[in-house]
Formats: sequence, C-alpha cells, structure tokens
Amino acid sequence: MRRWLLWLPLAIFTVVVVFAVRELRKPSDRTVYSAMVGKAVPAFDLPPILSGKPGLSAGDLRAGQPRLLNIFASWCVPCIAEAPQLMKLKAMGIPIDAVAIRDSDTAIAQFLKRHGDPYARVGDDKNSQVQLSLGSSGVPETFVVDGRGIIVKQHVGDIRDEDVAALAEAWRKAR
Amino acid sequence: MIAEAGLVALWLAASLAAMQLALAALAVRRSDDILAAAVRPVAIVQGGLALLAMAALIRVFLTSDMSVALVVANSHSAKPWLYKFAGAWGNHEGSMLLWVTILGVAGGAVAFLERRIAERTLTATLGAQAAIALGFYAFLLFASNPFARLTNSPADGQGLNPLLQDPGLAFHPPTLYAGYVGLSVAFSFAVGALVTRDVGPAFARAMRPWVLAAWVFLTIGITAGSYWAYYELGWGGWWFWDPVENASLMPWLAATALLHSVSVLATRDGLRAWTVMLAVVAFSMSMLGTFLVRSGILTSVHAFAVDPERGTFILILLAIYIGGALALFATRIGLVRAGNTFELVSREGSLVANNLLLSVILGIVLIGTFYPILAAAMGTQLSVGPPFFEKAAGPIALVLVAVMAAGPLLRWRRDSARALVKRMTWPIAATGISAVLSIVLAGWFGLLPMLGLALAAGLAVASIVPLFGRNLLRTPMFVYGMVVAHLGIAVSLAGMAASSAFTKETLVAKRIGESASVGPYLVTLRGIRPVIGDNWSALEARLDVQRGNGTGPLLAPQSRFFSNPPTTTSESAILTALDGQLYTVLGQSDGQGRWQLRLWWKPWVTLIWFGGLLIALGGALSILGHWLRDRRQKRRAHEAVEAAAHREAWGA
Repeated sequence: MRRWLLWLPLAIFTVVVVFAVRELRKPSDRTVYSAMVGKAVPAFDLPPILSGKPGLSAGDLRAGQPRLLNIFASWCVPCIAEAPQLMKLKAMGIPIDAVAIRDSDTAIAQFLKRHGDPYARVGDDKNSQVQLSLGSSGVPETFVVDGRGIIVKQHVGDIRDEDVAALAEAWRKAR
Repeated sequence: MIAEAGLVALWLAASLAAMQLALAALAVRRSDDILAAAVRPVAIVQGGLALLAMAALIRVFLTSDMSVALVVANSHSAKPWLYKFAGAWGNHEGSMLLWVTILGVAGGAVAFLERRIAERTLTATLGAQAAIALGFYAFLLFASNPFARLTNSPADGQGLNPLLQDPGLAFHPPTLYAGYVGLSVAFSFAVGALVTRDVGPAFARAMRPWVLAAWVFLTIGITAGSYWAYYELGWGGWWFWDPVENASLMPWLAATALLHSVSVLATRDGLRAWTVMLAVVAFSMSMLGTFLVRSGILTSVHAFAVDPERGTFILILLAIYIGGALALFATRIGLVRAGNTFELVSREGSLVANNLLLSVILGIVLIGTFYPILAAAMGTQLSVGPPFFEKAAGPIALVLVAVMAAGPLLRWRRDSARALVKRMTWPIAATGISAVLSIVLAGWFGLLPMLGLALAAGLAVASIVPLFGRNLLRTPMFVYGMVVAHLGIAVSLAGMAASSAFTKETLVAKRIGESASVGPYLVTLRGIRPVIGDNWSALEARLDVQRGNGTGPLLAPQSRFFSNPPTTTSESAILTALDGQLYTVLGQSDGQGRWQLRLWWKPWVTLIWFGGLLIALGGALSILGHWLRDRRQKRRAHEAVEAAAHREAWGA
C-alpha cells in the first residue's frame, strides 16, 4: 500500500475538525432564510372569500406601495396568537393583505370578528396552490413585498411581540 | 449526602483512570510484568466506581432531591417512578454519566474476562481505554457535573419533556449507549494492537465477542428507538434520517463491516490493516455522534440544551482520540506484516465487497449528515432529507443484499463462479417468483420497493441455504447466528419495502358517529372524552374499528396535555394485525363538532422491527457459538495433554 494513503483518513478527519471548529465559533443562527427573498411574487389571481372585501392578485402587490402579505387560516391556532401583533402593524399604517388557506367564508368572518380585521384584501386559496407557489409551507407566514412585487422578507411562524419592530423596519426600508 | 458520594466516586474513578493510563504506559514501555499485573484490578475498580456514581444519580432522581440542580431542571415529584428512574439519563449530564459508566464497566469487563491475547497487548488496550475514560471524566467533572447542588432549593422541579415520558426512555438510551460505547473496546483493542504491533488472528478472536456484543446492543437500541419514534412522535414514520438517527446508524454500519472483516482476520488472517481501521472508525463515529448531538451544530429532535463550550470540550477530546488513533495507524500499520491474500471469487472476496459497500453507505450517510454544515459554511442554507438518502443509499443497499445472499455460499480462499450460480438456484428462483407474483397481485408499485421485496425473498431463501445438507444438530451455533441475522435483514427489508409501497394514509375531519375508511378498515368516531393521568390530562377519542364484517377492538388515541412543562403530545393508538398495523392519531377540533383524525394503514410494517430483533438474536447466537467452540477446544486440548501424560506415565 502506498504510504501517503495511510495518512488519508487523518487528513479527512482534520478537515471535519476544521469545519466543526468554524461552526462552533460562529454564533448559532436559527433564522430560516427564504429562497424567495429578492424574487418577484409569482402570478396569481385569487377570488374574494368575504363579501365586501376584495380578493387578491399578484397585480395588487405591484401597485407601488410596499405591503405585508399574511398567510393565515381560521383553523390555525398560532394565527389567533399573532392577531394582536397584526393589529399593531396595521395601527402603524402598514397595509396588510392576506391569503386564507383552505377556509370557508363563515369561518373567516367569525375569526375576523373575534380577533380583529387587519386586512385590506383577502384572497381565497382553496387548495393551498398560491401558498405553495410562494414557498410557504405552513400557517401563519408573513411576507414583506415592496411596491414592485418583489419579496424582501419572509417571516415563518407567528409574529411575536418582539418581531413587530423588525417587520415594520423591513416594510419602511422597502419604500 | 448521596449526591456528594456520587461526586466522590466520580473523582476517584477519574484518578484511577489516570493511574491505569500511567501504569499501562510504563508497563508497555518497560515491558514490566509487575506493573502490568496492577492494570487489571485498577480497571475493574474504576468500572465499579463509575457504576456507583450512576447509582447515586439514579437514587437522587428517585428520591426527587430538589437541592440537586439536575433534578430540578429535569424532574418533578409528581412523576411516575419509572420516569424518575429513567429521567436520570433523560438529560445532558445524566446521559453523559451513563456514557462514561458504560465506558468504565466495559473496560472493567475486558480486564476481568479477557485471557486470549498477549498480556502486553491487553495492557496497552486497557491503557487506551483509560485514556478515553479520563477525557470524558474530565468533561463530566469540569463541564457537566451532574451532582451540582443549588443553594436555594425550590419546592419542586421543572419536569421532564413529555415526549420522553414513555417506557421507551427506560430502555432505548441504555441499550443504544451500551452499543455506542461498547465499541470503545474495539477501538482500544485496535490502539493496543497498533502499539505492540500485534495484529493477527488471536487479536481478531479476542476482539470479536466485544464487537459482536456492542453490535447486538446497537441493533436493539436502534430498533427500539425506531419503534419508539414511530408510536410516540405520532408522525407515522419509522426512520426520519434525522442527524441523530444517522449518528446511531453510522457506528452500526461501521460495526457491521467490522464484525465481518474481523471474521476474515480470525479465520484466514487477511484484511489486517482494514480491520484495525474499521475498529478505529466505528468508535470514532460513536464519538462524532455524541459531539453532534451535544454541540448544537446540527438541529434535531434529539438535541440537548445547546452549549458551545461543551461542544468545544468534546471536539478537543475527539481531535485527541480520533486524530491520535489515525496518526498511530498511519505510522504503525506499515510495520504490521501483510496478511494472507485470496482470489476475487471467494468468501473473503464477498466479505471485502460487503465491507466496501457498507463503507460507501456510511460515506453517503456521513456526507448527507454533514452537508448542511458545509453548505452553511459556504453561505447557503439547506437541509438534506429522506429523498437524498433513499435515492443514494437505497440502490447500494440492494446490491449489498445480493452480495449478502451469495457470500455465505462461497468457499474460503478460492471458489468458481459457476459453482456459485448453481448453489444460488433456489435464491434466484425465489427472487424471480416474488418479483412476478408481487406485480401480478399488486400492479406496478415502483422499482425500489419491488426490487426490495424480490431481493428480500431471495435473501430469505439464500440465508437458510447454508443449512441444506448439514446435520442440523451438529451445525455450530455461530452458523445459526449468521443464518438468523441474515434472515432478519430479509424480514426487515420486506417490511420496509411493503410498508413504503402499500401504506394508505388519510386525514379527515369527522363528527361523532361518522366513519372513514383506510386500507381494509372502517374507522368510526364513537365519542370524545376527557381522561386524567398521573401528571397529564387528555382528550381521548373512542374509535370503533371494523374490518370486513367482524367487529374489531376499540382504539383510543389521545391528545395529551402536560402541565410540567406545559406541552401537548399526541398519543397514537395502534392496532396490530397479522398483516400490518392500523395507526390512528387524534388531532384538533375545529370548534364546530368536527375532530381531526389521521389514519394510516401500514401493511407488514411490524416486520421491520421483528427483523431488527432477529438480527440482534443472530449476533447473540454468534457470540454464544464462538464461546462454546472455544470452550470445547480448550477442553479437547486439555484432554489431549492429559492423555499424553497418561501414556507417558504408563509407557504405552
């Protein structure tokens, strides 16, 4: 057997250790970076789910003003938890649109009556197609979209109190 | 008092490990028999002290001593006693103590039992074992003291993670750790043999039972863990390619390769360097797994409280032990005399193929597990999921199965390919028949599952072919061991293929009185009722289960709420039939009288774990077989000596 071959296992192991050291020295970062950030919102056109509130299309997100896009459902418990934070964002003057996932008009109406209605438009995504094309895999999720329909931030999970500032900041920067 | 006694035992064990290392090093260097004679007793006492420390920790948990920080953080006085007991290792510090205890006990057992290899090699082996133990004792004492006291003890503890409150916790970690850490013996043997340049059949025969025993424990631990995850997590899967599952699979793959190559070394004196390398790799994988779980560089359902300082400590230990062993390998193995050679078509050849294929699978799992870290270092975030592992490792595993079918039918040293094909008639026929039959009966269901089922049938037949034409009563026990273990792989493979191809899943929302059908079953929601347990309350669904015309039993999946700490878990309810399992999970209510039910019909899924147990049983039979043969040979040798003495005395 060639002599250098005998040192190969040690060399491979050294590489592993170097990587492990690098990884340990870095502060751990648990953020999920979205692959959609920097990309345009895919084309879609969702019908309204509530009478008296318009549906949502990709064109509405390209109207010149940055907006938040909230993916939610009346059957989702964390969506109830984030409702007060959405109302806070609305109170800051941030326009919020929504996509309702696999839901019914009566359930949505009841949900908004009980937990507040921060939305300008609500699109009806019966079989999660728009949700999936946005690269969102669960509810709730919130996107920040600039005035040209480009996604600048994706927030996975419910919006906690400590997330409000970051979302508002991202929205302000997108202007 | 008990906690302090445990801490003292731990300090004493650590100092004995230091002494053991120093004695062994001096004894080997000076070839001093008197020093060497002291190493065995020290190793035995060290193991005993580690065991004492573990017992003290269990005692502290059982009595819910709330002045001990670890108990406060991980236990609660209202917990059932079994979880107090098992809770002792349901946390970072306690599981590390269990790790070290097994390390010490394994070293003690080697010192107590091993009489077959040269004394000098054994001394070096015990020295290596002490070196490993010393590092991990230091880790416990300086970075993870399980016995630390609180100055102000609270009234009660914070409770144990509800997912861990299951009888599985009493069983899974100890067996898995016995396997993980049992491999340290193989590692130490390899280091000892490298130090004394004594790699040969005697070394292999001495190492084999330890490798087999660790492998049996590892197999049971993985099987039990897989079943635990299956019913406890409520996700209906039996393997998730989670980094920590991979961390247990990698040592198993290396140990499987090792126990085959050790056979070649023991029987034919071949594969010397390779066997030593595998022994080093197997335990290195165990240590790497420990590091991965506890450093927080990978996220997983098994993650312990993340602490970079602890991660650094373990990484330094890892660098010393693995790096040291690999460097020793590189400098010394060239000096080990080359072993015997053999033809390509031979038992050895098939075992080499087995080793290479297992190593490739090991490499795939290793790359898949570490790739996210590598990618993160380059700035992209990704996760590697089941599709990668299944696509990359699946086909190779199937080739391995084919080799496994042929291997035991080959002769040592040299054989002819034509004779092999003739011996393989029945297995090949079984493969073909089951492929055709399954497609005729079930239609096309995907290439990999179909090949899996067909090869499982072939392997099942091939694994019992070595018994054909033998006197079954005189066949050595270790041959039965091989037969049973290979049969276990076939059974397990059949279960994997069938359940992956034919599983039916449905997610429904039903009112009380409504039914849903899944597979051959009709499931009716009869009612929902609240249930109170020891430290939880739950909503329990009453499900009527019907198959055909007969009425089945009542299933009761629960959605449990634990108050310490506040968490909800799903307790699945499973109906086991001869041909599969009905798996039911209760989800949430929609507030309007409908309840979410997740139902699976998983045909033949139980075969996966049954096969796992067969594999472990095969390993146990093999240990027993080799032990019986050693004993018989010793007795024969003894009788021969006596007979010779007798002849001499009587002048015959």
